[in-house]
Amino acid sequence: MINKRVKDVKEALKGVTDNMTFMLGGFGLSGIPENAIAELVALNVKGVTCISNNAGVDDFGLGLLLQKHQIKKMISSYVGENDEFERQMLSGELDVELIPQGTLAERCRAAQSGFPAFYTPAGYGTEVAEGKETRDFNGKMYVLEKAFDADFSFVKAWKGDAAGNLVFKGTARNFNPNMCGAAKITVAEVEELVPVGSLDANQIHIPGIFVQRIFQGEVYEKRIEQRTVRQRG
Amino acid sequence: MLDKIGIAKRIAREVKDGYYVNLGIGIPTLVANYVREDIEVEFQSENGVLGMGPFPIDGDEDADIINAGKQTITTLPGASFFDSAMSFAMIRGQHVDLTILGAMEVAENGDIANWKIPGRMVKGMGGAMDLVASAENIIVAMMHTNKKGESKLLKQCSLPLTGVGCVKKVVTNLAVMEITEKGFKLLERAPGVSVEDIKNATEGHLIVEGDIPEMVI
Repeated sequence: MINKRVKDVKEALKGVTDNMTFMLGGFGLSGIPENAIAELVALNVKGVTCISNNAGVDDFGLGLLLQKHQIKKMISSYVGENDEFERQMLSGELDVELIPQGTLAERCRAAQSGFPAFYTPAGYGTEVAEGKETRDFNGKMYVLEKAFDADFSFVKAWKGDAAGNLVFKGTARNFNPNMCGAAKITVAEVEELVPVGSLDANQIHIPGIFVQRIFQGEVYEKRIEQRTVRQRG
Repeated sequence: MLDKIGIAKRIAREVKDGYYVNLGIGIPTLVANYVREDIEVEFQSENGVLGMGPFPIDGDEDADIINAGKQTITTLPGASFFDSAMSFAMIRGQHVDLTILGAMEVAENGDIANWKIPGRMVKGMGGAMDLVASAENIIVAMMHTNKKGESKLLKQCSLPLTGVGCVKKVVTNLAVMEITEKGFKLLERAPGVSVEDIKNATEGHLIVEGDIPEMVI
């Protein structure tokens, strides 16, 4: 067993510096690497580019980095829930690249899998395709999209072991598996770090080979963005 | 004329037994409430779930189980969770049978605009561009005109596009239309709405052939 375990979030984020590009898992506030984000705030790294489907809310998730003006550029598919984000974007302080959600996922997966680029129909004929190579396959038009190139991936899983194996829960899975092994260093934080051998090898979602560092997060708030319920009966 | 629930009810009749369906935010979300109970349908949400159920009972909500609108949901027996790349493999690979989404504008050639208004805060396209570029069967749920009474069914979209030549059918508060090579082909009228009313509310080319029946909701 190759040991990926680090003692805490500080050790996990060793080597993080200004002007780096990070991938961060999560959809909305579900499955975000809460502990890595808190440490990025504490380290006060500046000028970073974040690849993340969303940008958090004002006081949680990536909104915490925005508050401290740490982010230079966001690459996302939807950023609708954050007033500070809007203010920084409109003032020109923050550079924003909006890309289709499936393209975002696939650009992660391409980086993970060793594909430099791929063709997708998403965005053909729209401003997303401007300046990009397009090509006809079997009578349909496609846009060439490139793999991401990031320094760190910060992902969050439900359970993991010291070998770096990961298991996700529910829709908190989202972009997290696609970002594993998609950057130079993948840092996985888990709700529960379990003994090696206790995870069923048949049920592992991401094999440890894609993870360089793993630790158990100290606390998880797991905030709900839209609480929708029905009454009993 | 139909209200939003009426539009959802009419679209629900397009959902067939054995369909995997992706519902957008807004009117499309309501469609799930009106699908016939004697057919088997599974709803996909692009954040990574197939087999979505209703909202949870108060107190049972789980931050790890949400839909693409970030709302807490439940799953039904037979449901599955998956990552974002696999979710869009279902969409791009045309494994999802029907996509229902809203629009700001639709053009007579099937172009759709639903993500950006220049000069206003742009929130992003989310999965809409992937969905419209990939799905074989796309139904748009929308109001026929905007608040100023101007047509949203146009010769050409004026807003930045989400996708080109992709919409197959449009259900509005006034009519059901199919998009053909020659324009919007009128299929059905909403209750109490005349063909003339629909013509007046449609800027794009409207094709009217024979008697146009009233919708059955």
